[in-house]
Amino acid sequence: MSEQLNVPTMEQMMAEGKNPEYLFWVGSAGAFDDRAKKITKAFVKLLNKANVDFAVLGTEESDSGDAAKRAGNEFLFQMQAVTNIEVMNMYEVKKIITTDPHDYNTIKNEYPGLGGNYEVFHHTEFLSQLISQGKLKVKESEFKGKKVTFHDPCYLGRANEVFEAPRDLIQTLGVDFKEMKRNQRHSLCCGAGGAQMFKEPEKGDKDINVLRTEDALETDPKVIITACPFCNTMMTDGVKAKEKEAEIDVMDIAELIANTQE
Amino acid sequence: MEYIPNILFAIVLILGIGYFVKNVKKLSRNIKLGKDLDVSDNKPQRWKNMAYIALGQSKMVKRPIAGLLHIIVYVGFVIINIEVLEIILDGLFGTHRIGLKVLPTSVYGFLIGSFEILAALVFVTVVIFWLRRNVIKLKRFLSAEMKGWPKNDGNFILYFEMVLMTLFLVMNATDTTFQSLDSGNVISQFISPLFSGLSEGTLHIIERAAWWLHIVGILVFLNYLYFSKHLHILLAFPNTYYGKLTPKGQFPNNPTVTKEVQLMMDPNADPFATPAEDENAAEPEKFGASDVQDLSWLNLLNAYTCTECGRCTSECPANLTGKKLSPRKIMMDTRDRLEEVGKNIDANGGKFVDDGKQLLGDYITNEELWACTSCNACVEACPVSIDPLNIIMQMRQYLVMEQSAAPMELNNMMTNIENNGAPWPYNQMDRLKWKDE
Ligand code: SF4
Ligand code: SF4
Repeated sequence: MSEQLNVPTMEQMMAEGKNPEYLFWVGSAGAFDDRAKKITKAFVKLLNKANVDFAVLGTEESDSGDAAKRAGNEFLFQMQAVTNIEVMNMYEVKKIITTDPHDYNTIKNEYPGLGGNYEVFHHTEFLSQLISQGKLKVKESEFKGKKVTFHDPCYLGRANEVFEAPRDLIQTLGVDFKEMKRNQRHSLCCGAGGAQMFKEPEKGDKDINVLRTEDALETDPKVIITACPFCNTMMTDGVKAKEKEAEIDVMDIAELIANTQE
Repeated sequence: MEYIPNILFAIVLILGIGYFVKNVKKLSRNIKLGKDLDVSDNKPQRWKNMAYIALGQSKMVKRPIAGLLHIIVYVGFVIINIEVLEIILDGLFGTHRIGLKVLPTSVYGFLIGSFEILAALVFVTVVIFWLRRNVIKLKRFLSAEMKGWPKNDGNFILYFEMVLMTLFLVMNATDTTFQSLDSGNVISQFISPLFSGLSEGTLHIIERAAWWLHIVGILVFLNYLYFSKHLHILLAFPNTYYGKLTPKGQFPNNPTVTKEVQLMMDPNADPFATPAEDENAAEPEKFGASDVQDLSWLNLLNAYTCTECGRCTSECPANLTGKKLSPRKIMMDTRDRLEEVGKNIDANGGKFVDDGKQLLGDYITNEELWACTSCNACVEACPVSIDPLNIIMQMRQYLVMEQSAAPMELNNMMTNIENNGAPWPYNQMDRLKWKDE
């Protein structure tokens, strides 16, 4: 990427005697998955644009343990959680932003019981705050007037009842937003949750991501908008399975907004 | 001699209610086989949930047609049962329509008239329900787990209600004194012509027969509940009260594990210390659940409350794509196994004797458990606040932590997290590389 991103680490900040307001929790997908890394960078670009005082843990961040917990390995989950909490408490972290609804959920709801108490924001919540506070201006999207649809990530929507923030963001883009027939509370999972991302599905007559992609295709979209790195992978694969990758993009809401910035 | 009907009635009543009480005790004993769980928090919210979800049926109307029909049957059934009070008093004291003696005729007529209208509505609705199950064949009533008893159970209840409502109306229609009052016979006045050719005496016999069958039918119904998905008409209330209040995505941290992790992470703990010899040391606690006794009492209450409506399964992404998992089946299996354990305890003088079976494997397979995406669609869909996902997760915990029986790819994922802090084989030291790529 040509643009220079400013990504300070907590360690650097501490060395300079600073305590940033926010920790940006990148998450394992955001740090390592090729597609998700683009979302991470798009989001950092926006953080930089809005002059948000943040830092990342960098090499001091470890997996949140969410996938381990959903797979049933509570032991590994709690070890991961306690390790991360120790690091974050050492840096006196108070507020956390993340682009991964799974990590958002586990840090927000499951870390407190293990000694990690933070105010946690999903990037859709955070971006919509930045915009309403005027710290971030959204210009018209390259997809202005085009049909788009939004897939609610289970761990953001049903699990934590964040339905409005992503929709508010979509409204700022000047696009023609159409809901899928199953949406919000009744949204259909993309098939990645509960550690399914890491295994082959059980025997059945269809893959879940294909079924969800069919839901999306019914709205005849130019872009399927997601707000989760795993949903993004699943929907991208679904679009490929339907051989529609030439016509339809699968993009994170942060990318769409970042693309409106110069 | 003249007291024989009264005595007979009292005996029937005592038997009916006595057997019901016995069943309730068994129910409560079985539910208490589950592990303790503290749900004493946030009482106001809990009462509110019960009022909205159980009494107000707020979740039922998410599917407007089924919801409306269900409300008719529910309201009708509850209100018509006020009439049972009169029947009981009449039966015990040998009176006839005692209500007429204590209430002005117009008030009595209004009450019975409302009951009649409701009875007719319930009858029609129940017929529609029957058609939905048997003629229209709604998909969610046809799944694999709905064969045999569950299918018959659903129909039995409908027949029961048809018969009870008919008896109530026939009873009124053949009651000549009631008909001559001409108040409250809104529906039955149209039924009574059917009996017009009959003598006073025959009418009286029919009226008495309908009266007796009606009350006996209600007592049988009461006792049928324990064996039926219809237990929900009672248990929906406690179940919605105790339903989950935390965000749906929050899965409780296993306290047994927390203790272990604390020990491991405690810098003061001597890793080489031999564990203190404790004569009374309890068996090490099991991680997760493989049988009903490992689940919480709330999971078990959930199982008895399940109405087998299949709303959960009809929104389950795994089930929709042909996987074996069905959250309804998870609940039905849990109840079936719990019943089996309860019977075992009854047969063995109050103690459970190992029967070589368990919930995991004999009822719920690994394949079902691993198909779940933990998406919470089932929890959202359930009209009576049941949480099938909670049971699935506890059973996964058993599979992974007690049996190391996760699918191979998941084991790889977990080994990666353990070794390099990410589900993929990347180096922890590369965690910030993305910024320079
Ligand atoms: S949480 Fe599991 S069982 Fe429930 S609907 Fe989702 S996939 Fe199905
Ligand atoms: S768990 Fe709830 S939604 Fe599922 S069948 Fe039982 S009552 Fe219906």
